[in-house]
Amino acid sequence: MDVQTWTFLIVGASFALYIGIAIWSRAASTGEFYIAGGGVHPVANGMATAADWMSAASFISMAGLISFTGYDGSVYLMGWTGGYVLLALLLAPYLRKFGKFTVPDFVGDRYYSHTGRIIAVFCAIFVSFTYVAGQMRGVGVVFSRFLEVDITSGVLIGMALVFFYATLGGMKGITYTQVAQYVVLIFAYMVPAIFISILLSNNPLPQLGFGGFLSGELGSQVAGGQQIYLIDKLNQLHAELGFAEYTSGTKSMLDIFCITMALMVGTAGLPHVIIRFYTVPKVRDARISAGWALLFIAILYTTAPAVAAFARTNLIGAISNATYSSSAPDSVKKIPGWFKTWEDTGLIAWVDKNKDGKVRYDGSGSAMVGKPKFAVAEDDSTPLGASGERLFSNSPTDNTNEVYIDRDIMVLANPEIAGLPNWVIALIAAGGLAAALSTAAGLLLVVSTAISHDLVKRTFNPNISERSELLTARISAAAAVIVAGYFGINPPGFVAQVVAFAFGLAASSFFPAIILGIFDKKMNREGALSGMVVGIVFTAMYIIYFKFLGGTSDQWFLGISPEGIGTLGMIFNTVVAVIVSRLTTAPPEHIQELVEDIRIPRGAGAASEAH
Amino acid sequence: MIATFGDLVEVFVDTENQRLAYWRSNLTYLIVLLTIWFVVSYGFGILLVDELNQFSLGGFPLGFWFAQQGAIYVFVALIFIYVQLMNQLDRKYGHSED
Repeated sequence: MDVQTWTFLIVGASFALYIGIAIWSRAASTGEFYIAGGGVHPVANGMATAADWMSAASFISMAGLISFTGYDGSVYLMGWTGGYVLLALLLAPYLRKFGKFTVPDFVGDRYYSHTGRIIAVFCAIFVSFTYVAGQMRGVGVVFSRFLEVDITSGVLIGMALVFFYATLGGMKGITYTQVAQYVVLIFAYMVPAIFISILLSNNPLPQLGFGGFLSGELGSQVAGGQQIYLIDKLNQLHAELGFAEYTSGTKSMLDIFCITMALMVGTAGLPHVIIRFYTVPKVRDARISAGWALLFIAILYTTAPAVAAFARTNLIGAISNATYSSSAPDSVKKIPGWFKTWEDTGLIAWVDKNKDGKVRYDGSGSAMVGKPKFAVAEDDSTPLGASGERLFSNSPTDNTNEVYIDRDIMVLANPEIAGLPNWVIALIAAGGLAAALSTAAGLLLVVSTAISHDLVKRTFNPNISERSELLTARISAAAAVIVAGYFGINPPGFVAQVVAFAFGLAASSFFPAIILGIFDKKMNREGALSGMVVGIVFTAMYIIYFKFLGGTSDQWFLGISPEGIGTLGMIFNTVVAVIVSRLTTAPPEHIQELVEDIRIPRGAGAASEAH
Repeated sequence: MIATFGDLVEVFVDTENQRLAYWRSNLTYLIVLLTIWFVVSYGFGILLVDELNQFSLGGFPLGFWFAQQGAIYVFVALIFIYVQLMNQLDRKYGHSED
C-alpha cells in the first residue's frame, strides 16, 4: 500500500477511536464537564496531562529546533519539564484540596476579590487563545502535508472533530480522548526514533545511542572507518563547516538561565495544565499524577535531543559536498533520495551558487532571502537547473551556504531517511494530529470554563441553574472552537511572537499569586493584586517593545531576551506583593483559616460549588 | 474523653502543634528537593556547564548531558520521592485520606 492509503487508514482509525470515546464519555453535569467528575485515575490523568501539554510544536518542531541550535535548545528541554516539579511540589496538592474548578476561582476566593477573579479570567482566556491558534494551524499543516488536503479543509476537519468531543464530553470526553491520543503520539514518535538510533549508533535506545560511538548502517558511513563518539563527530563537522559548536551554543548564560526559568514557571502557571489536577479524586492522587505526567512527557523529551543529534549528524554527513545530479558516476558521493523528495515540498532548497554541481552546506548564514518560492516558467512548466534541481524565485544571498532547510524536516523526514516502511510515515501524521488536537481541546475547555463558570456563574448570574450552566459551557466551547478555527485558517502574523507572551504572562501573573496564596498566610488582596499588575505590565511592555515596536537586541536589559523576561516580571511581582501586603491590613480570619485548611490533605472530597 | 475546660485547651494546643510540625516537615522536604532541582538544572546544566563539560559521561560532555538528559531524569525521580515522603508524613500525622 502507498503512503497516502496508509495515512487515510491510520488517521481515519484514530479519529474513529476519538469519536467512539467521546460518545461513551458524554458529560451529564457541570462537574463532569469541568473536571470529569473528579474521578480520573492518576495514571490516566498523567497520560491526559502529557497529551494536553505536548503540542504540535513539541511533536513536530522541537527536535528540529534543538537540532539547529544544539546546546541552546536545552532551554526547552529543561524549561518544559522542570515546571512539573514546581507543579507537583508547590501547586497541585493544594489546589486540589482547595477544590474548586478553575484558577480564577482560586484567585477570586483566596484574595476575596472580584477584580482579581476577572483579571485572572482574562489572562486565562488570552493565554489559551494564543496557544490554540497555533494548534489549529498545526492540524491544517499536517493534513495538507500528508493527505494533500488544503490547509483550510484540514482546519475545518480538525474543528469538526474537536467540536464534537469537546462540546459533548467536556473535560470527561477530553480526558479519555487525550489518553488515547497520548498512546498514538508516543508510539508515532518512538518508532522512527528507535530505528534512526539503530541506524546511527546500533543501539535501540535513543537516549543511550546519543552518547555512544557512531556505528550501524548510516553511522559507520559518517564515521568513515573511525571509532568516534557521535557527539564528537558532530562537533567536529560543525567546526569544519563554520557552525557554532553543537554542545556549547551561542546564547549568553544569563539569557539561558532566564528563558529556562520563564518556561518552567510559565508551565506551572498555565491554566490548562493546572486544571488537570482538579480531575483526580484525592490530594494524594494530584501529587502522583504530576509524577506520571512528567514521566510520560520525559519519554518524548529525552528522545527529542537524541533525534536532534542523530538527524543533524546524518544530515551533514549525507549532504555535505554530495553531487546532486543523478547521472553522476557511482564513485562520487551522491545526494540521498529524500533530499529530492523534500525539495518538492519547499522544505529543502538548494541554490548552486558556485555552479560546481555539489551541495555546499555551511554556517555562513541563510542561502536565500526568505522562505523558498518555486520559480515558474512562462509555459507553467517546472524549470530545472543544470543538475536537475528545482529552481527558486528568491534572490540568493552572498553567503557561501547553498542550502535552505526547514527545521520541521528533522522529524517529518526521519522515516524516509531511515528507509522505514510506509505505515511509519502514516503514523507520524496520526501522531502530529493527536498532539495538536489534544492540546487544542484542553485549551478550548479552559476558555469555555472561564466564560460559563468564572464569568457567567461566579460574576454575572450566580443563580443560574445547573442545566443552563452546562448549556452555557457547551455553547462557549462551541464558540471557542469556531474562533480558534478562524485563527487557524487566517493566522495572525504575530502568532509566533505571542507564544513568548503566554509563558511570560503565566510566569509573571498567576504563578506568584498562587504560590504566595498557599505559602504566605498573611498575603492579602492588596499585595497579590498589585503584584500581578506590576508583573503583567512590566512583562507585557518589555515584550511589546521588542516584538512589535522594533526594539533591537543590543537594548535588551542585562542581555535578557523577551522570551526570558517573564522571570524578572515574576521577581518584581513577588517583591511588590510581599512589601504591599505588609503595609496593608492582614487578610480576614476566614481566609487565613482557608489557607490552614488547604495545607492539610485530609477531607478533600470532590471539587464542587459548595464551600 | 474531654472532661474539663483544661483538657479541651490541651487538645487544642496539641492539634495546633501537630499542624505546625506537619507543615514544618513539609517545608523541609520542599527545600531539600527544590535545592536538588535547582542544582541539577540551573547549576549543572547552565551555570557550571562549561566546567562540567571538561568531564565526560560516555560520549557526552557532562554539563551538556545534564542540560539535555540528566536534569529531566532527576526531575521525574524528585516527584516520585516527594510523593513517597508526603504519603509517609500524612500517615504519621493522621492526615492520610483513607
